[in-house]
Amino acid sequence: MNKKRLSITLLSLVLLVSMLLAAATDAVVATPNCGTDPVVLNAYFETGFDLPFKLAEEFTKQYPNVTWDIKQDQFSNLINETPRLLDGDNPPDLIRLPTMVSFAKQGLLMNLDEYAKAFGWDKWSMAQINQNRVSADGIRGYGSLYAWGLNYSLTGVFYNKEEAAKIGMTEAPKTLAEFDDLLAKAKAAGLTPIMQWGSAKSGMGLAFPLQQLMASVGETTPINDWIYNKPGATIDTPSNLIAAQHLEKWIQAGYFPTDINAIEYTDAIARFEKGEGVFLFNGDWQNADLDKNMAGNIGFFLMPPATAGKNPAAMSSPLTYGIASKAKHADCAAFFLNWVATNDKARQINVTVGGSNPGGPDDAIMPEVAAGSITNETLAAGLVINKAGTAMDFIANATSAIFAQGWTPELQKMVGGKQDAAGLLKAVQAEYESELAQ
Amino acid sequence: MPVSKKSIMKSKLKSDNSPVASSLSRRNSSNGIRRETIIGWLFVLPALAFYLFFVIFPLIMSVRYSFFNWNGINEMTFVGLKNYITVFKVPNLFGTIINAFQLVIYFSVFPVGIGLLIASIIHRVASGKFGEIARTILFLPQIIPLVAAGIIWGWLLSSSGLVNEILRGLGLDAITRAWLGDFTWALPAVGFIGVWVLLGFCTLLLVTGINKIDPSLYESARIDGATWWNEFTSITIPLLKNEIGVCLTVTVTNALAAFDIVYVTTAGGPGNATSVPGVQIYILAFTQQRIGLASALAVLLMIMVLIVVIPIQLLSKESA
Repeated sequence: MNKKRLSITLLSLVLLVSMLLAAATDAVVATPNCGTDPVVLNAYFETGFDLPFKLAEEFTKQYPNVTWDIKQDQFSNLINETPRLLDGDNPPDLIRLPTMVSFAKQGLLMNLDEYAKAFGWDKWSMAQINQNRVSADGIRGYGSLYAWGLNYSLTGVFYNKEEAAKIGMTEAPKTLAEFDDLLAKAKAAGLTPIMQWGSAKSGMGLAFPLQQLMASVGETTPINDWIYNKPGATIDTPSNLIAAQHLEKWIQAGYFPTDINAIEYTDAIARFEKGEGVFLFNGDWQNADLDKNMAGNIGFFLMPPATAGKNPAAMSSPLTYGIASKAKHADCAAFFLNWVATNDKARQINVTVGGSNPGGPDDAIMPEVAAGSITNETLAAGLVINKAGTAMDFIANATSAIFAQGWTPELQKMVGGKQDAAGLLKAVQAEYESELAQ
Repeated sequence: MPVSKKSIMKSKLKSDNSPVASSLSRRNSSNGIRRETIIGWLFVLPALAFYLFFVIFPLIMSVRYSFFNWNGINEMTFVGLKNYITVFKVPNLFGTIINAFQLVIYFSVFPVGIGLLIASIIHRVASGKFGEIARTILFLPQIIPLVAAGIIWGWLLSSSGLVNEILRGLGLDAITRAWLGDFTWALPAVGFIGVWVLLGFCTLLLVTGINKIDPSLYESARIDGATWWNEFTSITIPLLKNEIGVCLTVTVTNALAAFDIVYVTTAGGPGNATSVPGVQIYILAFTQQRIGLASALAVLLMIMVLIVVIPIQLLSKESA
């Protein structure tokens, strides 16, 4: 009797242990998901960009138990609101992140390392993913993953084909000198060589050509180190000085509109689409709009290097979204981020609406793009940059206020003849150091 | 008319000069005053509670934050007067205070000066229907939200805006420019928007003040052969000191604490040409998460406003 009881007890113990083990194995194997119970994802998106809204709509179609509570705001307002939103009583499950280092350091963002492991993101090779890493001592580009990109933008030079034909441009310039020639020809022909925005409200658009020039004459690594706040990094380097002096020459030669300091982003795009300006430094997020308003008349090339044969470089960064460390539905939000990169329909929406590379696993198939769309050119250019490993984040993203307090006022002063190339780099470096010293 | 027992008693007490009666009367009246005081306070209490909670409490908190290094999220660190020293040491921050004083010229001197002239003209030559229409037109900008006014003027002052179109139409192509993007002209352009907004308020207040002046003063002055200018300097201005005081107080405060017009039209640019303390406080607190430094600048701004406004108040009261 006793033996029987013992064997029953042993058997039940074995059963219990094996059940527990099975459950534990299940927990490891099952990737985070949205489950089957109703979930309302609390999200903050950026006003003016359709992509996240369209993706959310499609996601609900595929996972009807997930609905959305979407709040939206301008990017500049998001910069100011994000810390309080993340720290508030109703922390967002998903939020468009303007910057991330300080939020990661302040413990406001969820560490996504576990999700990366679960979904296999750590095996994807796109270098731009590293832009979402923050190390324990607050250096970007290294350490744990704190955000994820909905897609990966690419920046370069757009051109108006009709205007370009007027100056005899038959193919994209291969070197900076060739590009300089084209600009000089455009000026001589009475055209506006480059359309760019520059008002403090939009943020100074000359930061784009400046950074492109920096990477054209120099290397991308020191620029990224500076953006990532690597100790000892400086923007005031000899090669950056050459780039800033080159930009200064462009300004003095009258290659930009005279009222650039008052031009807002949307006005610059509208004026370019109406035919003012041969070239425009911008990113592929503008593709859908340019395709619509300049159908067949818009071209794109990567900023040419200063010396022939050197790899071209470009600003290319993730459209960064994060999960609040206190988010209620973090698993579901992470599942959504993975779905965006891996689901065929989502990738198609990403390319059609967003105009950028959707990232994803290395063997993922690139969605079809309508023939004649500028997106074909930007996607192809993106492959060149990825292969060369010359992607950079934006110098405007180095600290939360470097754009508003450093680049924008100092570049505006340069336009107004109140700042020179050396002074520009020194002033921005001083602002950078003062912000990091906080 | 029925006479109540109470009033008889009261009148009796009044006529009675005995010490008991006078002490009773004193107690009664002091009771009345106390009751009135309590009722008065009860009426004031709700507004006072709101004022304490939404004005005084944040003010005290700002003063407190100004002595700390704080990002708005994590622990605060006491830094003493460091934030105040930073405001004076960083040229961009101190420069905003200089810009704010320049704005006083546009936001205060012009609206009050032009407002006085217009008010006196309306009073002298156009007090009828025309005066009413003029007042209404001048007051209109006051009811338009400043943000909307900023956006509209942003368009009007752009390189292809109406202002430049008019100048081109007049053959003045040489002086056309993107007014809000020009280092020399951006601050005056922002100031001009301030004049446009505040002129109506000042004019209306001053017209009301002029109408309260005894017309016989003007009549006798005219009989004595006074010109419009004599009337203006000898009667209108001296007797409008109170109203001028109010106008200056409101407009100077608007200039020194300006935020909306500047933020919407130029966001402080080009360079830092139009940067004012209000915009810097916003950027420091919300973009840079430097709550302590932002609070220090805010406290200094408040002190600056008080230093300028209190003498104006004292002067206008003294002469009234």
